[in-house]
Amino acid sequence: MDANPVISPSTAVDGGSSSRKRQNRTVWASILFLLPAWLLLLVFFIGPILLTFYFAFTNLSLTGSEAQATQFIGFSNFMNMFQDPNFRISVMKTVIYLLFSAIIGQQVLGFILALLMKEKNPAFRRVIGIIIIAGWVTPEIVVAFCWVAFLNDSGTLNALLQQVGFKPIAWLFTFPMASVIIANIWHGTAFSMLVFQAALDDVPKSIEEAAVVDGASRFQVLYKIVLPMIKGSVVTNMILVTLQTLGVFTLIYAMTGGGPGTATQTLPIFMYNQAFVNYQLGYGTAISLILLLIGVIVSVLYLKSMKVKV
Amino acid sequence: MKVKNYKKLAAVSVIAGSVLFSSACSDSDSASGNKTAGDKNTISITFRDGGGTNKGLTQWLNNDIIPAFKKEHPKANIKLSPISASEGDYFAKVALMLKSNQSAPDIVTEDTFMVNSDASAGYLEPLDKRIDGWDEWDHYIDNVKNGVKAQDGKTYGVPFNTDSRGLWYNKDVFKKAGLPVPWEPKSWDDILTAARTIKKKSPDVIPMWMNSGKATGEATSMQTFEMLLYGTEDPLYDKDKQKWIVNSPGLLDTYTFIDTIYKEKLGPNLSQVLNGQGGTIAYTQLMPKGKIGIGLDGIWQAGNYRKDGPAPWPEAFDTLGYAAMPTQKGQAPGTTSMSGGWAFSIPKKSDNKDLSWEFIKFVSTKENNLKLLLKENNLSPREDVSKEKEYLDLPMFKEGSEFLKNTHFRPSVDKYPSVSTVIQSTVEDVVTDKLSPKQAVENYKKNVTRVVGKDKVIER
Repeated sequence: MDANPVISPSTAVDGGSSSRKRQNRTVWASILFLLPAWLLLLVFFIGPILLTFYFAFTNLSLTGSEAQATQFIGFSNFMNMFQDPNFRISVMKTVIYLLFSAIIGQQVLGFILALLMKEKNPAFRRVIGIIIIAGWVTPEIVVAFCWVAFLNDSGTLNALLQQVGFKPIAWLFTFPMASVIIANIWHGTAFSMLVFQAALDDVPKSIEEAAVVDGASRFQVLYKIVLPMIKGSVVTNMILVTLQTLGVFTLIYAMTGGGPGTATQTLPIFMYNQAFVNYQLGYGTAISLILLLIGVIVSVLYLKSMKVKV
Repeated sequence: MKVKNYKKLAAVSVIAGSVLFSSACSDSDSASGNKTAGDKNTISITFRDGGGTNKGLTQWLNNDIIPAFKKEHPKANIKLSPISASEGDYFAKVALMLKSNQSAPDIVTEDTFMVNSDASAGYLEPLDKRIDGWDEWDHYIDNVKNGVKAQDGKTYGVPFNTDSRGLWYNKDVFKKAGLPVPWEPKSWDDILTAARTIKKKSPDVIPMWMNSGKATGEATSMQTFEMLLYGTEDPLYDKDKQKWIVNSPGLLDTYTFIDTIYKEKLGPNLSQVLNGQGGTIAYTQLMPKGKIGIGLDGIWQAGNYRKDGPAPWPEAFDTLGYAAMPTQKGQAPGTTSMSGGWAFSIPKKSDNKDLSWEFIKFVSTKENNLKLLLKENNLSPREDVSKEKEYLDLPMFKEGSEFLKNTHFRPSVDKYPSVSTVIQSTVEDVVTDKLSPKQAVENYKKNVTRVVGKDKVIER
């Protein structure tokens, strides 16, 4: 499985009998061929990451005197951040957003949908599948506009409510967090559904049937047989959905702008505000490092708790 | 042997390919950027437009300025490269553009409150030497000239407009409520009394509209918070000591006034006013319908109601009045205002500074400046223009120009933009009742100190 694609073709062609010189030459040739790719990765991927680390420890600014004379300021950005009540609020909002929109919303709902559609009529599966996937293929900014149009003071939802005799509610203002969470669930569930559908299809029917013959209830089959078998997919999906949700900016920014007040100010919004509204690029970069850290920690936690190897 | 040659050839072509690829990228970059490298006859101008913003400026450049300038400089080629963005994003985009040789334009329009920041960042060219040899500069109002001076005492821009802020009020609403017309409030209490009366007599009218949220950005800081604060004894910044005032009776009173408006429900619904579009809706939709009693805002709102404006309203200036903002308790000089405005600056990375300066001189003459302001509904930075009859005949311009007498400019200190965002978020927290006025001052103190540093703040 771990065969090295770089070396193996040469050994296959030359066999073990060839001289070391020749082998060396192939290695050099491989390196030469890979060089452009490496260079590109170095310049456009590793470089920016290293720069991010560096900038997080400077007072880099978009404008003002610090833009001219950027200084290394050690851990000041981080000290500042941990004293900033807005940062604490943002972390809380991020956790809430992550918990409800990614873990509970997309993951659980996606699983239920996949389960309900399992072994149903293919035509039914296809129609429902397309409807759900429509939410996923819609670009984030379009999703945001759809939901703003729906939840607006004079939007569709209020128009419907008024028909039934309710008073209109300023949804985006009264329930901002719930609004952006629901919009993200609507947008992202299809992905989880697809992952789980594929995983569930891989569970051999005979095992389930054997369990039923042995007297297991439907719930027991699901909990004791199916779930452990698709554990790998659950974790992978959890990680992907979490990382995707941690980075959601467009949806929230377009729907509520992080407001009202700080009601939907997740870390990406907070970072944008610090970097491009307050012009404190260094501080913004430091926040992005913390965001990265949260993503790593959460991913490792998933892997450990589920005892899955990647 | 053949295989080896192949490999060599492949390797060489891959490397050559990647070099070509990268150079192709950089080529297309410079073509799409604003750089006019080497071409001494082309200058590019960056300003904000889109969504009805700066329509007057764009028309003026296209119809009046560029054809006339080309007559004097037949070889000159003027390229407009406007940025379509919200006000806040415009500043960030301009800063990014000015940073790079590739994208820096030759002339940029700067909001005067950003001049100091961008100058301190080394993005702008000082103009003192050029201004020394230019007599027209004497006609500029001194107050406005200070607005384009950075902390280092040098001048970094030539203003093309300025503005003032005051209280718009609807005479019909006032008459219905039994309030005096014309209205001349003498203190904050007079404003509150008028608002309370309107609320009692016309419950469906919003008594007092002022920008109050983070979404309205600088408008919240300047039109609301600073209009109030500069009517107290305590400004935002102590110029002599060069420190930010982070705790003062004036600050507390300002937050208290804002709190009172919303606590007594004298303001609009929060979902209306905490919205980025709030101000636009207020002046283009609600005001013409007589749904607003008093609005604290700038002279430019008059432009909405012109024939070619976004909300034409022929009777606007019979119905609307424009009163000066009183000081807190009516203390001398009795009224107050805040002024800003925009200026033409030359980026340090412009490669055509001489022609750019010629252009700025050309557009800044009395005649050309007047032409702009007749289109734009802002006040002129030139004394001689504000004496022209055509100009004074513009609705509310006489009043608006009056306010300039007691006006204030925002501190030209490079941390101002950051302090301004602290103001916006504390004002929104007061309005949404998250903070009491006292807590708001505490919060303001803490956050401003964090932004500007402990050694740059004082309390009064």
